[in-house]
Amino acid sequence: MDRKKKHLLHFYLLAAPALLGLLLFALGPIVASLAISFTDWDILSKPAFLGLKNYQELLFHDKLFLKSLWNSLYYTIFGVPLGVVGGLLIAMLLNTKVRGIPIYRTLFYLPAVVPAVASAVLWIWVFDPDLGILNESLRFIGFSTTPKWLASTEWAMPALIIMSLWGLGAGMIIYLAGLQGIPEHLYEAAKIDGAGRWHLFWHVTVPHMSPIIFFNLIMGIIWSLQGGFTQAYIMTEGGPANSTLFYTYYIFRKAFEEFQMGYSSALAWVLFVIILVITALVFKYARKKVYYEYLGGGS
Amino acid sequence: MGVVSKKPGRSWGRLGKRGWGKASHALIHLVLLSAAMLFLFPLLWMVSTSLKPIAETMKIPPVWLYWPPQFKNFWDAVNYIPFLRYTLNTLIVCSLAIIGTVSSCSLVAYGFSRIKWPGRDIFFVVTLATMMIPFPVIMVPLYAVFRELGWIGSLKPLWAPAFFGSAFNIFLLRQFFLGIPNDLSDAARIDGCNELVIFWRIILPLCKPVLAVVTLFTFIYHWNDFLAPLIFLTKQETFTLSLGLQFYQSQHGGTQWHMLMAASVLVVAPVIVLFFFTQRTFIKGIALTGIKG
Repeated sequence: MDRKKKHLLHFYLLAAPALLGLLLFALGPIVASLAISFTDWDILSKPAFLGLKNYQELLFHDKLFLKSLWNSLYYTIFGVPLGVVGGLLIAMLLNTKVRGIPIYRTLFYLPAVVPAVASAVLWIWVFDPDLGILNESLRFIGFSTTPKWLASTEWAMPALIIMSLWGLGAGMIIYLAGLQGIPEHLYEAAKIDGAGRWHLFWHVTVPHMSPIIFFNLIMGIIWSLQGGFTQAYIMTEGGPANSTLFYTYYIFRKAFEEFQMGYSSALAWVLFVIILVITALVFKYARKKVYYEYLGGGS
Repeated sequence: MGVVSKKPGRSWGRLGKRGWGKASHALIHLVLLSAAMLFLFPLLWMVSTSLKPIAETMKIPPVWLYWPPQFKNFWDAVNYIPFLRYTLNTLIVCSLAIIGTVSSCSLVAYGFSRIKWPGRDIFFVVTLATMMIPFPVIMVPLYAVFRELGWIGSLKPLWAPAFFGSAFNIFLLRQFFLGIPNDLSDAARIDGCNELVIFWRIILPLCKPVLAVVTLFTFIYHWNDFLAPLIFLTKQETFTLSLGLQFYQSQHGGTQWHMLMAASVLVVAPVIVLFFFTQRTFIKGIALTGIKG
């Protein structure tokens, strides 16, 4: 027993620094961030305590706060569901026994590994109103007027959402793995009972995929609410007229362009709380619809 | 292995054979092919532009295949900015981050899966919860700490945190460790091996596939990262590739699309080549994260 304890101790001495470091690097900054959010601080001089002033300012007087929050919500509300559904549809097509699946799988996944900066630069070129391949294609199909995309306040955000869908391969791969794990006998049994294709989809595929759909949905929402920075920074600088000023971009601007660390931290904390609340709501609502094999729910 | 079934799509396959027939297979191919082309379109457009002279990039309608291809663009692009310096910086960050992530995460994950200790599950939940913390929330305090340490402007803030593990990779490794039969470690314990020996001699050699996954993810993450370098790197000579690429646009008024696309091809190519050669490992790893999530 004693020797065993000694062995364990050796191990802890090695693992503990990493574990404590991880917690410190994540939990330390988040507590620090909360503290900073109550101050006025330009990072050079000493922070001055403000109390709740930063929060009052942003909640009641800051139009850009609302604007950027709305932008990030807009991006999430359209981008995430489209990505989840699109990824699932492609995964289901790929899960049929057609030839060349590995090639298709690679093609769909490829955009997901393209560096964000490279894809941002590339899509500026694709979205170019006059020279870009997108408008060229639209004209080719027969559209006489084409959107100005990144140069227009109405189309800049849809453009970035289209671009985000380009990366839906990441979710698709997870769905594909899940689809391949559904036991075949379930389909056989349902077919013997006379189930049609639509029925099989709704009553076999969807329930079995629901934990994975749920996982992708939650992660998608969390990422999307804090996302968009790289694209907006490189492609539009938040414009035109702040129409692509994502929330993270606004935090960045306040911190590293205007050096208002306190205000920026307050903004960040509001985002954190919003993400927690939305995640909790999705959990509460969507979890009932998720079928967990081991909990004995569903059929 | 384990998670990914070896028989791709049998369930839908049967359905296909009996119910849908050949015609529907052709239809599926048609849909898949056109969708795949849509996905590939921008990348092809990038390669196409990178091989054109500047005047051709302004032509309407565009020419897809310009002859002769201007390979000179690549040479010009590399010489426009300190491309090699930036590549080297990026590689330094990537390799140190990989070393840090693999060593720290595998140790911690071992502690979370193969050893029982009081409070383990609470610690694990807390570790997982750190995944929910958005980077924008912690970037200001991190900046302040690194500034205090005198690290701003150096590559350290980009790789040093990797030595303290990351929740995502710990989770991934733990999932894999849990699948290794306990008999193996028990037998070794009876023979008097301590936990470190078991970790090093028995568990790690069995984990090569998942370690490869962690290595790949870490490489791609750091190769692609933009926000952290943007904040922490203040000196031109320490820039990484993703920062360098951005400077093509602003430095030389009127974007030189042919050169910018050539440089983009150079940044994208290593990741794509790497992905092609490691596809199986990669997809297995992604499946591992999703299935039990």
